[in-house]
Amino acid sequence: MRTFIQASFVLLLLLSLNVQARSALEIVITEGIDSARPIAVVPFRFEGVNRPTETITEVIAADLMRSGQFNPIPTVRMPQQPHRASDVDYAAWAKEGVEHLVIGTIREAGPDRYTVSFELIDVVRGNAGLSRQMLNQGQLVQSQEHVLEARETTISGNQVRQFGHRISDIVYERLTGTRGAFLTKIAYVLVQRNAEFPFQLAVADYDGANQQILLRSREPLMSPSWSPDGTKLAYVTFEQRQAQIVIQDIYTGRRSVLSSTPGINGAPTWSPDGRKMAMVLSKDGNPEIYVMDIASRELTRITNHRAIDTEPAWSPDGREIIFSSERGGNPQLYSVNLQTGTTRRLTFEGEMNLSGTFTPDGQSIVMVNRTRGRYQIARMDRQTRFMQVLTTTSLDESPSIAPNGSMVIYSTMHGSKQVLALVSMDGRFKARLPAAEGEVKSPAWSPFL
Amino acid sequence: MNVHHALKGILIALPILTLAACSSTSQTSVSDAEAEAARRAQMERDAAVQVERADQAVTPAERVRQQMEALRQENVIYFDFDRSTIRQEFVESLRAHGEFLRTNPSVRVTIEGHTDERGTPEYNIALGERRAQAVVQYLQNLGVPANQMRTVSYGEERPVDMSRTEAGFAKNRRAVLVY
Repeated sequence: MRTFIQASFVLLLLLSLNVQARSALEIVITEGIDSARPIAVVPFRFEGVNRPTETITEVIAADLMRSGQFNPIPTVRMPQQPHRASDVDYAAWAKEGVEHLVIGTIREAGPDRYTVSFELIDVVRGNAGLSRQMLNQGQLVQSQEHVLEARETTISGNQVRQFGHRISDIVYERLTGTRGAFLTKIAYVLVQRNAEFPFQLAVADYDGANQQILLRSREPLMSPSWSPDGTKLAYVTFEQRQAQIVIQDIYTGRRSVLSSTPGINGAPTWSPDGRKMAMVLSKDGNPEIYVMDIASRELTRITNHRAIDTEPAWSPDGREIIFSSERGGNPQLYSVNLQTGTTRRLTFEGEMNLSGTFTPDGQSIVMVNRTRGRYQIARMDRQTRFMQVLTTTSLDESPSIAPNGSMVIYSTMHGSKQVLALVSMDGRFKARLPAAEGEVKSPAWSPFL
Repeated sequence: MNVHHALKGILIALPILTLAACSSTSQTSVSDAEAEAARRAQMERDAAVQVERADQAVTPAERVRQQMEALRQENVIYFDFDRSTIRQEFVESLRAHGEFLRTNPSVRVTIEGHTDERGTPEYNIALGERRAQAVVQYLQNLGVPANQMRTVSYGEERPVDMSRTEAGFAKNRRAVLVY
């Protein structure tokens, strides 16, 4: 077994972040801040009388920290709090080891209107740039190439949080070359056993803020899956005392039953083009993978085996479906080419491999690997078949990947409670998102919205 | 108190006397019956009181209800980890369910399949269904027609024990017969 376990230097850094009161899920970072790049998100200067309720720089700093790529330094360690590039003392920041600065101003522009301007500054280039001065209209000025981004936008008070995520996206993309996923959402199932409606389908911002309940039920809800356009969820409901696959429009609440055959109706997964739904039905005797054309409701059977076949996931190009099958004895991942029907076994390491899902680039598969009785999130390179176990917990399930491929959200146990957790694609950064009340399961990360 | 006691005696004796009077046409002589009644009345008085309820005639529907109630007390079949084999200890219970369903063809039963929380939710739905079907298969072998039975798998979604211990997991790996 060549699994690479990251447990060697488990640093349980319990950082209590200044989390917004509106968060139903509270993010607790558990590992990996030491390897991140130092950045400073300097508190923006406020010009005006009525401050917006949310502090934009707290939103940005929390986003960057949760990405696992950055380590925003605390305010007390900042040598100065500039709000313009021209005020920055580059030598002082360089001495502190900070590589980049996010600085800016929020100006009250009218009733509930705020003009937010920010700059992203490269400290290393700025420090070097002091010697590279230019003559401009008879005046000696500093080169501006150290200012990586400079933008200004006017927003309302309730858009502060969202615009904070927008700034995080810009900073993340400029510094990593990868699109940020801070404006995405997660869907999940909330379980409060003693409530009148114990099972609830919810969506929230990726960080757990702005939770909205889309459905409350007395019977279990399972397996939410986002439509590629981010407007609908498909999921499984037991409200009729049998499993049914339902599509619900997130914004209108309109619901339609997609499948209600005898036995299992499970694991709905939207095709990348949004026209088809892969699902598991047992109407023909035992669980098999089917693909339904959503418009015509026409079914195509994909697998035909007396063993359990379940958990379909589409390749990003829509040509292949991977699934879990017990046909080789224990559950392992297989792929089926939808044109040719050729089926191949993909995984050979560990006692079981389940719940496979492609990374957005199609290069890797993230799954639940069981080794020595522990169920953990693992990533396998498709070419080399190298498998890396990403988590150190032992009852992990339902991995779902951020649309930029940077993170995996999954469900795990903390104490005796089911919670959501995040792990970066290299396994170095880990965080937990426990619910304020009850348990959380079946997370599904939205596409870019 | 003595008056009270005497009154009770009369109240009990009275119907018996009436009954004896009515049976005058029977082959037993009136005097014998009278003597018997008096003797019984005396016994009743000696034993203070002994009130008994008559057995109400049980309707067939009521009998089915009572049997169903008894079966509901023993309606859970437990399974080993990742298995769907019926363990020997549940054979007797399933035979009782089978017998009941065979003699009452109008009764429908739903067999729920459940798993513990280990493994993925989708795999557990499949495993739960396999457990429910193992029970269906067993009952079918006992002669219960398939159309009296329906299965639903809840996988790991409805645990009865939330402790997440080995003992808790064992309680959650089950099939439940719901009438």
